[in-house]
Amino acid sequence: MKPIKVLLAKPGLDGHDQGAKIVVRALMDAGFEVIYTGLRQTPEAVARMSLEEDVDVIALSSMAGSHLHFCQKLKPLLEAGGLTDKLWLIGGSLPQQDHAALRGLGFKGIFPTGSKLDAIVDYIRQNVKAA
Amino acid sequence: MNERAKSELEPVVNESGIEVNPLYTEEDVQKSGGYKLVGLPGEYPFTRGIHRMMYRKQPWTMRQYAGFGNPAETNQRFKYLIANGQTGLNVAFALPTQIGLDSDDPLAEGEIGRVGMSVDTLRDFEVAFDGIDLNKITVSLTINGAAAILIAMYLAMAEKRGYDLAQLRGTAQNDILKEFIGRGTWVYPVEPSIKLVGDTIEYCAEHAPRYSPVSVCGYHIRESGATPAQEMAYAFCIAKAYADEALKRGLSIDEFAGRLSYNFNIFGNIFEQVCKFRAGRSLWARIMKEEYGAQKPGSMWLRMIAGGGGGGLTFEQPELNIVRGAYYALISALSGAQTMALCSYDEAYTIPTEYSARISLRTMQILIEEMGLTETADPLAGSYYVETMTNQMRDKIAQIMAETDAEGGIVKLVSEGIIQARVSAQAYRMQRDIESGRFPKVGVNRYRNEHEEDHPVEFHPYKEEDARVQIERLKHVRAERNQAAVDQALTRVCQDAQAGANLMPAIVAAVKAYASVGEITHEMVKVYGRYKEPIRF
Repeated sequence: MKPIKVLLAKPGLDGHDQGAKIVVRALMDAGFEVIYTGLRQTPEAVARMSLEEDVDVIALSSMAGSHLHFCQKLKPLLEAGGLTDKLWLIGGSLPQQDHAALRGLGFKGIFPTGSKLDAIVDYIRQNVKAA
Repeated sequence: MNERAKSELEPVVNESGIEVNPLYTEEDVQKSGGYKLVGLPGEYPFTRGIHRMMYRKQPWTMRQYAGFGNPAETNQRFKYLIANGQTGLNVAFALPTQIGLDSDDPLAEGEIGRVGMSVDTLRDFEVAFDGIDLNKITVSLTINGAAAILIAMYLAMAEKRGYDLAQLRGTAQNDILKEFIGRGTWVYPVEPSIKLVGDTIEYCAEHAPRYSPVSVCGYHIRESGATPAQEMAYAFCIAKAYADEALKRGLSIDEFAGRLSYNFNIFGNIFEQVCKFRAGRSLWARIMKEEYGAQKPGSMWLRMIAGGGGGGLTFEQPELNIVRGAYYALISALSGAQTMALCSYDEAYTIPTEYSARISLRTMQILIEEMGLTETADPLAGSYYVETMTNQMRDKIAQIMAETDAEGGIVKLVSEGIIQARVSAQAYRMQRDIESGRFPKVGVNRYRNEHEEDHPVEFHPYKEEDARVQIERLKHVRAERNQAAVDQALTRVCQDAQAGANLMPAIVAAVKAYASVGEITHEMVKVYGRYKEPIRF
C-alpha cells in the first residue's frame, strides 16, 4: 500500500518551526511520507508544491497570527489546482474564535496549541482513508 | 550518600544528563572538583556573580518585551511601562522588519505590526522613542537578520537628538547564528551573516563603545529543544565565532569583549538552571582569560538577561503561568542575572497584553521590595548540592563545547543543519514524554481542568488600520526625502559589500538619508544572496 503523503508547510514570515518539525517527526514515525517545506512559504509556493508532489494532505503550521490572511489567499489557489479533494489541515497558535473561519476556508482539521501528536496522526489516517 | 540506600530509589537524571542524588554532602563537593572555582562575587572566575555587591548596590534591570502595531502605539506602551517602574526597554519588531522587508512589500501583507513594531525608515524610530530619555532608559533591540540596519538607525536617531554616542548605552540582539537554529529571522547566507556581526562589533567599538552590539542567545536554542547544558555550550561556541570574527579585524579582545552579553532561558529544574549560570560564568571567564588573553575583568564577565522561558509555559490553565513566571524570576535572581525580561502568562498564545506585562513587572518588583532577594549576593553558595551541581554542569558544558569543536565547529554544524536536527529530535522526544506523562506538566498531563478548551483567551487585536498608517508614512518619507542622496547612499552600500569593507558606515549614511530597511537589505542581497535553509531530520 502506498504511504499517505503529507506536505507540511510553514506559511508566511513566521520563524517558529519547533512545532512543525515535531509534527514532521511524528508523521514520519507513523509511516507517512512527509515533505517539509522549511520557512517562509508563499501561498503560491504551497499550492505549487502540493500539486507537483501529488500529496494527500496539505498541512500548515502557523504560530505568529497570520493564519487567516494566509488561508484566504491559499484557498483559491488550491481550488484552481484541483486540490479540493485533498485533506487540508492547520495547526499552531490558532485562537478559538478563528476556528469557524478556518473551517469555512476549507481547513477541515484544526489543531491548536495543546493538540496531541497522536490525535493528528489518527485524524489523518481516518480522513485520508475515508476519502 | 549511602550507595545501598540510593540503589533502592528510582534514579533521577536532570535534563542536562546529570544524575541527581537524594542527598549531598561535603564528599560530593570534593569528588566533583571541590570549592576552588567558587571564589567571591566580583572576582575571577565570577562563579558567584560579576559584581562584588550584586543587587545590594543595584537590582536587576527590568526590561519587558514590548512593541506592536505602529511606532506611535509602541511609544505609548513604552511610556506606560516606564511609568510603571520598568527600567529598560526591550523592543519587539514586526516580522517584515525583522527580515528586511518594507511594509509595502507584497510579502509583508498581513504581518505589519503583528508581532512587534514595524520599522521602515529612521522616521519610525524618531516616533517610537519620542520623549524617552535614552540616557535614563537603556534600550534593547530584538533584531537579528536586519540588525546592522536597525543598530545604524538607533545610533543615527540618538545622534540626531543630541546624545553623545561615546556615552550611549543599549543592546541589540544581533545573534544570527542562533536564528539559523531557532527563531528563523535570517536573511543572508551564514558566512556574510557572521561578517555583518563582525562589522557591527567593529563599528561600535570605535563609535559607540558603551553600546552592546551582540546579545548571544542560548534562549532560542533551548526553546528549539536543547538541554540547559547544550544551551550554554552552543551559546559559548557562537560567541567565540563572533569574537574570532572581530579579532580578524585587528581589534584586541579587550576592545569589545566587555560589550558582549547573553540571553538565557530559565525554564526547567530550579537548581539545574541556577547551577548552569554559576558554572557558565566561571567557564566563560576562563575562556576569555586563558584562550583569548583578555586582561580586563569586564571582558571576562558573563553579563546576561534571563527570565524568559516560553517553552515551560502552558496553553492549558494559562493563569498557572503567572506562578511559573514568579519562579522564573526567583531563579533569575538566585542566578545573578543583570537584566530580567519575564515571560508573561499569555505568552503561550499571544503577544503580552498591557495587563499581563504589568503582572510580570510587578512579579519582579515583589521580589525586590518584599522578598529580600537583593540583600545578599549569591545566597545559594556553599550548598553541597549547588556547588556539586555547579561543578558538574561546568564539566558538562565544557564537554559539549569540546564535542562541537571536534565535529567541525559550530559554524559548520549550523550551516549543515546538524545542530537543528539534533535539537529538534530532542524536542520531539520531549513532546512525546509530555504527552505520555513521563515528563510531568501540571495542567497538561496532570491535574487537568475538565473543560480546558473553554477558557477564554484575550488576544492582542490585529489592526488593518496600523498597516495602512505604516505604509502611508513610508510613502510620505519617500516623497519627502532627497532621492539623489538616497540613491547614492544605496550604491555605496552595494559597493562596500562587494569590496568586503565594513558595511556600517555606508548603512549609517543610508539610514540618515532615510533609505528604508527594505531598500538597504535589497542592496546587500544583491551581493550576498539569501540563506537557503538546510532541511535535515
